[in-house]
Amino acid sequence: MSVVAQSRSRSRDRLGRACLVAPALLYVLVLLVGPLAGIVYYAFKSGVGEIGTAFGQSDVRHAFYLTAVIMLITVVATSIFGVVVALVLARDRFVGKRIVSAIVDLPLAVSPVIVGLMAVLLFGRGGWFEPFFTAQGIQIMFALPSMVLVTIFIAIPFVIREVVPVLEELGMEEEQAAWTLGASKLQTFVRITLPNIRWGLLYGIALSAARSVGEVGAVLIVSGALQGQTETATLYILRAFDQYQERQAYIVALTLAAFSIVLLIGIETLKRRSARRGH
Amino acid sequence: MAATIEVRGLTKAFGSFRAVDDVSFAAEEGTITALLGPSGSGKSTVLRMIAGLEQPDSGGVWVGGEELTDASVQERRLGFVFQHYALFKHMTVRRNVAFGLSVRGVNKATQRERVEELLELVGLAPFGDRYPDQLSGGQRQRVALARALAPRPNVLLLDEPFGALDARVRQELRGWLDHLHRELGVTSLFVTHDQDEALELANEIVVMNHGRVEQAGTADDIYNRPATPFVAAFVGSSNVLNGVVWERHVHFGHSIVAGAHAIDDGGHAVAYIRPHDVQITPVAGEFSFPVEIERRIDMGWMSKLHLRLDDGQRLVAQLPNEELDGVAAGQHLFANLRNPKVFSRDPSSEAELELAGAEVGDLPPATA
Repeated sequence: MSVVAQSRSRSRDRLGRACLVAPALLYVLVLLVGPLAGIVYYAFKSGVGEIGTAFGQSDVRHAFYLTAVIMLITVVATSIFGVVVALVLARDRFVGKRIVSAIVDLPLAVSPVIVGLMAVLLFGRGGWFEPFFTAQGIQIMFALPSMVLVTIFIAIPFVIREVVPVLEELGMEEEQAAWTLGASKLQTFVRITLPNIRWGLLYGIALSAARSVGEVGAVLIVSGALQGQTETATLYILRAFDQYQERQAYIVALTLAAFSIVLLIGIETLKRRSARRGH
Repeated sequence: MAATIEVRGLTKAFGSFRAVDDVSFAAEEGTITALLGPSGSGKSTVLRMIAGLEQPDSGGVWVGGEELTDASVQERRLGFVFQHYALFKHMTVRRNVAFGLSVRGVNKATQRERVEELLELVGLAPFGDRYPDQLSGGQRQRVALARALAPRPNVLLLDEPFGALDARVRQELRGWLDHLHRELGVTSLFVTHDQDEALELANEIVVMNHGRVEQAGTADDIYNRPATPFVAAFVGSSNVLNGVVWERHVHFGHSIVAGAHAIDDGGHAVAYIRPHDVQITPVAGEFSFPVEIERRIDMGWMSKLHLRLDDGQRLVAQLPNEELDGVAAGQHLFANLRNPKVFSRDPSSEAELELAGAEVGDLPPATA
C-alpha cells in the first residue's frame, strides 16, 4: 500500500471514529454537563452571599448533618458486609450460589421506593418486627435506624460488585503461600488480601458513599421527611423545590453534586498515581 | 536440620474422581525426592495434602516422625514453593522474603540479617527493593525459594518449580537448586512431569499414574528396571514391540527378543527398548534380526535411525555417528536389542498400553 493510500485510509478511520464519538459526546454534554452548569448558574445567580445565608439556616445544616451521618454509617457497614459477602461469593462453593449472587444485585434492579415499602412491611405499624422493637422502646420507622437500613441495602451491591472480580482474579495462591509461611487467617487477610483488593474496595466505597448521599425514594418513605428531624439533604431539595425556594434547592444540590464529583475524581487520581508507581 | 517425610495410604477424591488412591512412600531425611507423573496423575494433590492445603479422605502424613494429618497449614511449618511463584505483588522482594519471619514475630534486626543472608544465597542481593513484576521468571522463582526457606523449614515442598520457565532458565535453575540442596541439606520433595528433571535432580523418584504409585526407587531402578509398562514407557523414551512368547523369548515375525522369563509359552508380550539399546550390525548374530533403514537423521554427534522390521513394526535407534560409518537409508542390515523390558500383555487392556507406548522414540513431556 502506498504512503498516500495508507494515510487516506487512516484519515477515513479517524472520520469514522469521530462520527461515533460525536453523538456520545453530545449526549454527555447536553444531559450531564448542561444541567450541572445550570445548577451552578442558578446557585450563584444571586451572589455568593446567598450561599452563606442558605448554609446559615438550621434546617439546611441539619439536613447535611443527617446525610453525613447516614453516609458514614453506610460506608462502614457496606465495606464490612460487602467484603464478607464478596469473599463468600468469590471463594466458597455452595448450592444456590447463583441465586445468592442474583439477590445481591436485587437492590440495583428494584426501585428504591419499593425498598422503602419493604422496610415499612418489616418495621412499620403491624410489620413483622414492629412488636419486638416497640417492646424494646426502639424507634425504627420515621427515625435514623430505618433510614440507615434502607440506605445500606441500596448501597451494598456497589462494594460487592467491585470486590468480587478483584478477588476472583487474585485467586488463592498468595493467601495459601502466606499460610504456609505461618500467617494466621486474620494476618493473611490484613496483610495479603486487603492490600490486593484495596483499589476495588475503595472504588466500591466511593460509589456506595455517592449513592447513599443521593438516595431519595426509600428514605422518603421510611423517614416521613420531617423538617429539621428526618430530612436529609436530598429530601430538603425536594421540599425547597416544592415551596418555590429554588435558590436554596440549587445551592444544596450543587453541594451534593460537588461532593460526589470530588469523591470520584479523588479515587481516580489515587488509582492512577498508584498505577504509575506500579503498586 | 532436616526430617523424613512419610505418607501412608493417602486417598483423595474430588466428587467421583479418585485423584489420589492409596499413595504411600517415604522421602528420607536430607534427600531430594521427585514425584513424577503425567498431568492429572495426582502428584500435585499429594504435595498439597502434605502441606495441609488439601485434606485427605483417608491416610496420613508424617514429618520427622510426627503425625501432621490433622495439623493446620500454619502448624506444619513446611516450606512450599508454588508453580506460579505466588509472590506478594504489593511487597518488595525483601518484604516478601521477610514475611514468614515477621508473621511469627521474629525481631526486626534478626529479620533483616536473615533476609540479606537469603538474598545473598539466591543471588538476588541487588534486587531487594524491587517489586515482583520487575523481575524475570527465574528471579521470581528464586525469590519464592528464599521466602520459603526464610523460616528455616525442615522440609521443602516444590510444586512444578520450573514448570513455567523457558528451557534455558529451567536448566540453569535445576543446577542451581541441586547446588543449594547440597549446601542446606533440607529434605526436598518436588513435583514434576519432566522425567529429565526428576532423573537429574532426585535421589529417589516416585512415579505416579492415575492417582497411584507405579514405582518408587532410584533413577537407576526407574530407568533400567521399570516395574510396570507405564514406567517403562513414561520414563525415558522407548520403542514398543508387541509379540508372542515362545521358550522365554518374545517373537515378532522373524525377530526375537530375549528376557521373557516369567511369561508362559503362547502368551502375549510387549517389549520396551531404549533407542540407545538398539545396535546395528552388518552381519547376522544369534539374536539379531534383519531391518531396513528407512531414514537417518544426523544430529551432529549421533544419529537417529528409523528402522523397519520384517513384520512391519518400527523401531527408532540412537547411535553415535562413529558407529554408523556408511549407514544410509535404504540399506538392509541387522539389529540387536539390549536390555529389553518385557511385560506380559493382556490384549483386553490394549488401550492403556497404546497410550503408554504411543510415542515411539521420542516422548514429548506431558503438559501440567
